[in-house]
Amino acid sequence: MSYAAVHEDDHHDHDHKPTGIGRWLFSTNHKDIGTMYLVFSLIMFFIGGAMAMVIRAELFQPGLQFVDPQFFNSMTTVHALVMIFGAVMPAGVGLANWMIPMMIGAPDMAMPRMNNMSFWILPFAFTLLLATFFMQGGAPAGGWTMYPPLVLQLGDGFPFLIFAVHFLGISSIMGAINIIATVFNMRAPGMTFMRLPLFVWTWIITAFLLIAAMPVLAGAVTMLLTDKFFGTAFFDAAGGGDPVLFQHVFWFFGHPEVYILVLPSFGIISQIIPTFARKPLFGYASMVYATASIAFLSFFVWAHHMFTVGMPLAGELFFMYATMAIAVPTGVKVFNWTATMWKGSMTFETPMLFAIGVLFMFTLGGFSGLMMGITPVDFQYHDTYFIVAHFHYVLVPGIVFGIISGVYYWMPKWTGHMYDEKLGKLHFWTSTISVNVLFFPMHFIGLAGMPRRIPDYSTQFTDWNMIISIGGFAFGLSQLILVWVVIKCIRGGEKATDQVWEGAHGLEFTLSSPPPFHSFTTPPEVTDATAHS
Amino acid sequence: MSVDKLKQTVLGLVAVSLFLVSGAVLAEYPLNLTEGVTPTSHKVYELHMIILYIVTVIGIAVFGVMAWSIFHHRKSKGAVAAQFHHSTTAEITWTIIPILILVGMAIPATKTLVFMEKTGDAEMTLKVTGYQWKWKYDYLDEGISFFSALSEEDNKARQRNSGIDPFTIENYLKNVDNPVVLPVDTKIRILTTAADVIHAWWVPALGWKRDAVPGYINDNWTYIDEPGIYRGKCTELCGKDHGFMPIVVHAVSKEEYAVWVEEQKAIQLAAADGANREWSKEELLEKGKSVYAANCVSCHQANGNGVEGLFPALNGSAIVNGSAAEMIDLILNGKNLMPAFKEQLNDADLAAVMTHERNSWDNTAKDAIQPADVKAAR
Repeated sequence: MSYAAVHEDDHHDHDHKPTGIGRWLFSTNHKDIGTMYLVFSLIMFFIGGAMAMVIRAELFQPGLQFVDPQFFNSMTTVHALVMIFGAVMPAGVGLANWMIPMMIGAPDMAMPRMNNMSFWILPFAFTLLLATFFMQGGAPAGGWTMYPPLVLQLGDGFPFLIFAVHFLGISSIMGAINIIATVFNMRAPGMTFMRLPLFVWTWIITAFLLIAAMPVLAGAVTMLLTDKFFGTAFFDAAGGGDPVLFQHVFWFFGHPEVYILVLPSFGIISQIIPTFARKPLFGYASMVYATASIAFLSFFVWAHHMFTVGMPLAGELFFMYATMAIAVPTGVKVFNWTATMWKGSMTFETPMLFAIGVLFMFTLGGFSGLMMGITPVDFQYHDTYFIVAHFHYVLVPGIVFGIISGVYYWMPKWTGHMYDEKLGKLHFWTSTISVNVLFFPMHFIGLAGMPRRIPDYSTQFTDWNMIISIGGFAFGLSQLILVWVVIKCIRGGEKATDQVWEGAHGLEFTLSSPPPFHSFTTPPEVTDATAHS
Repeated sequence: MSVDKLKQTVLGLVAVSLFLVSGAVLAEYPLNLTEGVTPTSHKVYELHMIILYIVTVIGIAVFGVMAWSIFHHRKSKGAVAAQFHHSTTAEITWTIIPILILVGMAIPATKTLVFMEKTGDAEMTLKVTGYQWKWKYDYLDEGISFFSALSEEDNKARQRNSGIDPFTIENYLKNVDNPVVLPVDTKIRILTTAADVIHAWWVPALGWKRDAVPGYINDNWTYIDEPGIYRGKCTELCGKDHGFMPIVVHAVSKEEYAVWVEEQKAIQLAAADGANREWSKEELLEKGKSVYAANCVSCHQANGNGVEGLFPALNGSAIVNGSAAEMIDLILNGKNLMPAFKEQLNDADLAAVMTHERNSWDNTAKDAIQPADVKAAR
């Protein structure tokens, strides 16, 4: 201890940073790790996006032009795994890393070394996953849901897929434990739970979901592994097992996973809308309770992903009612955001535009979700492009837009420079128009009978598919604007003030822009007046 | 954002939506569920439309409020922010109203679901078994049984860079060699199951889909109102050729159905004979060529060289040029991506295709495998 104390005294300059590659490899700093998470997520977003471009190129017209069906299936499978586990989840953790210590008045995360480890597992996990493209038997092609028996037909890549999923799970669980430990132990004096910014609240709830759900996925894929290599028959009917069991276990993870992805995005727009409406968030307490209810209910609706698998009537009814019930707290959140804007004094900088985009288009995805929750009609919608439209509305303009809005919102704080507002708006409008050209017609072809996960289709779907592909290419290109804006903003630009935005509240805006390396070395005092942005 | 810029963006959006809407008027832009030809499908369609209208109305209301707020409560119009941040009345109202709407939706949904699950009192039973990548139909009351796969014409056209324009084929990817024939005005029990991986049997006009799971038998029913040809697809990812295993239902009058049943029984008797006699090498080679084109070519390719890293070459393969027993075992039971052909093809087809492979390209085995050898290995 005495040594530590002396050592501490040597460092009067709190902004002393390690230099070179070591700064990143061995980093225990929440901001550096947050930056690495975000950069990694952006790279994965483009890798997954490139796969989506292959898919849309092949589906531009009927007939097979570019890829074989097996490779096409690998594209849909790995696109999903990369986007979910590589792009969206790390982006959420990256934002949490950057912002949570600053928002609760802490110097750093509670467990900095674990923080380092949970990030550095990711590049290894994705190396395992992406290496399967060069193996005998090819990359995973049985869908990201990994349903047996199909997934067991995968060649040499199979154990790589399983271990990649294990690593991703370990990384997520460590990240989640860290966030919970940080929020529970390192809040500044006066920062009570009911004064926490909504982003922090949604992340605590997400962290609990992660801890509950990820081990279930790990268990499910471990059973796949032993089925393949050690002669067990968990999912093999011929050996007394049950292939449907996997689906139940998978979706017991999979549905909470949906909320793991979306809740941080809800948190972000709950920070942004009050800032740009210059009005406090409407119904703070009910927002917290609604988020918690959504998370709780998410454990009781899993089977709506598999209504067509053949369940007893009572099961189908239970899962239908439970699914419909989720619409209530979700509705409350949408109404609260709308009420926050109501009679505000709004301006429409890029973060606000993206947040409003989330509000509109997530709600649209919510409507199609409600439709699919109705079991008898889901028998028609299931596994068609209607579901593809639904979950992409929720995931892209719902979640990815939320993350992007957060990046624009906090980027001036991170870099100390304002980003280029013109380019930001251009990014918003090109993304919004193209994302709707991309995903909206999918509702139509889904209802008209086009199944998902097919490399070739009947000719009556041609015209819509061409429009969808054009939307897809435009959306992909639009994201290059984001890279441009970020690079430009890091390199320079108008100096950002500490508060950055006229209507911004919260502890992160009391720090300098860019903030000191160790955020709050002296904890700030939080009162009712300074809390509740 | 300046007013001019806003106008420009709004105009842009209007232009895009006009483009979409004008396109939708044309026949080639399908938009909605088809109503179908069974009592279930009518109920499902009705329910779908009710829910669609409800969410549309809610959507107009919610988006309307948001849009109103966005246009009127902006700083550039001089709006001053109110500072209210909660209202218990409002929050209770917008919790209760959605609950009431949801209960209103749940009632017809429950009724329809209960109706759909009444599988009893069926007059006949059809068992549907999914295979990679074809369907097998067993008429349990008549003892008729056959496989149904993508038609040869579609199969040729769908190969990568086949040079055949899909638009020249009517109902591209929705034609099969042997359609399933069902009588109208009959309550038919349809059982779905699978032999290898999970598939799903979906004919939109019947109003439902159901997974075909190995080891499970799922119970469904249908009652077709009008004669016609109804087409569908496999809707659960089942491997490489998931997109190429369509379903075609011919719904015919009860009289036509009876005639068809008699024809099928005669055909099945004739086919059963094939495995019991000695075949000449020429006969095997001729048959083998067409079996190869229908079942093997999409992976192992016409030149027998397969696809590097995915599908092994048959040309020069140690197994194809090795012992007949080993080859028969592999083709019967499958391995990794290679499906088990045990039940998909009969002894004569299997013997023929192996003979074809052992005599093609640069292969040196040059011998013939007899249907009897395959039968013995089963």
